[in-house]
Amino acid sequence: MELLLIILLGLLYAAGVYMILRRSMVKLLLGIMLLGSGTNILIFLLGGITKGKPPVIDENAKIFQDAFADPIPQALILTAIVISFGLTAFAIVLLKRVYALVNSDDLDDLNTPEEEDI
Amino acid sequence: MLLAVLSGLIISLLIIPFGKLLTTKWSFLLTLLPASLFLYFMSYVPAISAGSSFLQHIHWIPSLGVDFDFRLDGLSLLFALLITGIGTAIFFYARTYLKGYIFFDRFFGYLCLFMSAMLGVVLSDNILLLFVFWELTSISSFFLIGFNNDNADSRKSALTALSVTGLGGFFLLAGLILLGNIAGTYTISELIDARELILNNELYPLILGFLFMGAFTKSAQFPFHFWLPGAMKAPTPVSAYLHSATMVKAGIYLLARFSPILGGTDYWNYTLMAVGGFTMLFASIHSLFRIDLKGILAYSTISALGILTFLIGAGTREAIIAASVFILVHALYKATLFLVAGIIDHETGTRDITALGGLRKVLWPLSIAGILAALSSAGLPLTYGFIGKDLIYEATLHTEYQPLGWILTGIAVLTNIGLVAAGFMAGLKPFTGALPEKFANIHLPYKSMWIPPLVLGILGLVFGLLPGAVGQFINHATADAVLGSPSDMQLKIWHEFNLVFILSIATLLAGIIVYFVNKPSALKLQAIERLNAIAPQRIFTRYAHDIMRFSKWYTNLFHNGYLRSYHLKIILFAELLLAYKLWISGPITLDLEKITTPSFYEIGVIVILIGALYIVVTTPSRLTSVVAMSVIGYCICLIFVFYSAPDLAMTQFTIDTLSTVLFVLVLYKLPSFINHTGKAILYRDGIIALSFGVIISLIALRVWSEPISEEIANFYGENAYILAKGKNVVNVILVDFRGIDTMFETVVLSIAALGVYSLIRLRLKSTEKE
Repeated sequence: MELLLIILLGLLYAAGVYMILRRSMVKLLLGIMLLGSGTNILIFLLGGITKGKPPVIDENAKIFQDAFADPIPQALILTAIVISFGLTAFAIVLLKRVYALVNSDDLDDLNTPEEEDI
Repeated sequence: MLLAVLSGLIISLLIIPFGKLLTTKWSFLLTLLPASLFLYFMSYVPAISAGSSFLQHIHWIPSLGVDFDFRLDGLSLLFALLITGIGTAIFFYARTYLKGYIFFDRFFGYLCLFMSAMLGVVLSDNILLLFVFWELTSISSFFLIGFNNDNADSRKSALTALSVTGLGGFFLLAGLILLGNIAGTYTISELIDARELILNNELYPLILGFLFMGAFTKSAQFPFHFWLPGAMKAPTPVSAYLHSATMVKAGIYLLARFSPILGGTDYWNYTLMAVGGFTMLFASIHSLFRIDLKGILAYSTISALGILTFLIGAGTREAIIAASVFILVHALYKATLFLVAGIIDHETGTRDITALGGLRKVLWPLSIAGILAALSSAGLPLTYGFIGKDLIYEATLHTEYQPLGWILTGIAVLTNIGLVAAGFMAGLKPFTGALPEKFANIHLPYKSMWIPPLVLGILGLVFGLLPGAVGQFINHATADAVLGSPSDMQLKIWHEFNLVFILSIATLLAGIIVYFVNKPSALKLQAIERLNAIAPQRIFTRYAHDIMRFSKWYTNLFHNGYLRSYHLKIILFAELLLAYKLWISGPITLDLEKITTPSFYEIGVIVILIGALYIVVTTPSRLTSVVAMSVIGYCICLIFVFYSAPDLAMTQFTIDTLSTVLFVLVLYKLPSFINHTGKAILYRDGIIALSFGVIISLIALRVWSEPISEEIANFYGENAYILAKGKNVVNVILVDFRGIDTMFETVVLSIAALGVYSLIRLRLKSTEKE
């Protein structure tokens, strides 16, 4: 399974990089989201994956009786997911706004706005 | 001394808020600054003449060896007096010269800054501190030279001056750092003790070369002389100040200051004598062909600087004393001549000496100043210039390099003949002869303009008549600082009738003959200008031009305005670095036992995910790509569920749903993707992207095969309930152990939310829409 995940995150990165090399702003945003997902999987994998042992202490115990999944990567990823949502939400609204102003999704149309104003 | 050095800096700062007040009658307050500094330094004269020196030590950055170490000895005092004394005259003069000019306050700000920087150069005892002030003089002189910044020529000259002196500054810094590293100290007085160590180091020639680069660029020695005539675009008070007493003398000061540390070797003596000797003759001949008053003065200044470099190179006791006398002589008469030229320019509107004449009838006090200065520069008996010239001949005749003595004397005589003629052209020619009709109505300017040159001119005469009074001081000034032992040489008005005297008189006569025979004209100037094709200036300009072209090309390559091209370069660079790191970190060993076998539905999830990924990348429809994106999110969510991360799964699920909804709500109106790029570029990007993915996978594999420390995980596991009373460890970490992190994360999200809200609420004005 680890090897599969390694291939998967490589593909996520490759797709993300490919998307941010495109001209479309929406694709750029999707690319950034893909890179984020790839990174989450990377952290998750490197923390060591364990099946069926969530880091939650039993009802009537004070400490773990058994092995448990590493909680630190999970805490990090949780933060990352939430923050990347903040980024995505803001970027989506910004895209909408740019589209309303320039009437285009093409990054090249944003290159020289000052000149167009003159 | 610290206060004396910094006062100019402080005043120039104060000018920013209070400058506008100065344009009115309060501007005389500014002249108090150089005047009081002059008196302050004068008060040291008796003590310094008696042979003592003063030190002040204030810590600044001790860990780097940079301290406010100031040292006032004879050499520093001579320069400090020149800087403040001539400075007083310049401040008085400029106050009237620039009356009513809109950037009056700015000008004095630069001037104060420049004066401070110069004082700092000559008083620093720490070579790094000296360098700081050295660069400050380059920068402030840039502003002064380019003061008429609406004139393209003026800007260009300022830039040339800055780039030449700045280039020298780089070399100087390198030389100083090498010097400090070898000697283990950055203090000049301690460097003198380390002299043997430095001279025997194999880097000594290199240090010397670097130091010479600094001094030659600053003091306009061939082949770096060309910035100085260009700097004549500055307002005249600036030219007078920079080229008589300060800026260009800084290089001479540097040479004199370092001669007890680095001097006395063949490298030192021959280089300085060759460069100085060539420069003085070359510039002296050049000055005879100029018709612009300031042009003549510029070239005769270069020639004088050549003489000084030459004398310091000769390095004998006579030569050093000659140099120090000549520094003072030259400062006095050159400042006078510049100020006179400035008034002539101001009143008649021209500086062309072929058009000027007979001005003694209308500007009589000025003609006295001009003629006195011309006589001093010609070295007529009874002027201070005469003594200076005598000493130069003494030095060349009695040099240690005997077979060369006659050649050197010959060069000095030729140079001086040129300088005599040039001095007469600048100081005498405008005042003699018939007065042209159009200048008949010229009247004298304000007293504050013609008094400073007159005073300076008369001082030249006074010093000549009473050389003993000045001589005593000069002896100590140089002997102590440069030679390391006191000298007993007396300066006399009258030497016995000997070879030196004959040479002086011959020079004078020849100079007068040249003055009468040589009639400079525009035609001759043109002929000489043709030589510019092979001048160093030309090479320098072409070089600068090529650098500009290269930097333009470089900028266009890396900063072309296309985001994807930036991404491309960043990613390629990252790939190279990471691949290199992977390569040198050796082969990856896989521990097959660590690998778990995936179940059937896990493989299924991953296959779906990869399929969705393919759709996201290839689909032309925006909606499809968003939907596929959400599929990817849900699949990742499932992976989290399988591998014991319920909190992650819940978060991922919520966020993914929200993102998709937002995407669809906001962007549903957008058209589908247009395929902008050609196949070749798509393949290129595809290869770059895939290799990036492969590199990341390999890195992941490499890191994964290393053992993991479980210490921190165990700490959280054991203490989650006991310390924080929570059973879900991930939650406890987020809200308790790392609670402040989470709090700020919330703040970030709130800011994003505010941004989203305000962007949605913001209505477009009709004019904003394209």
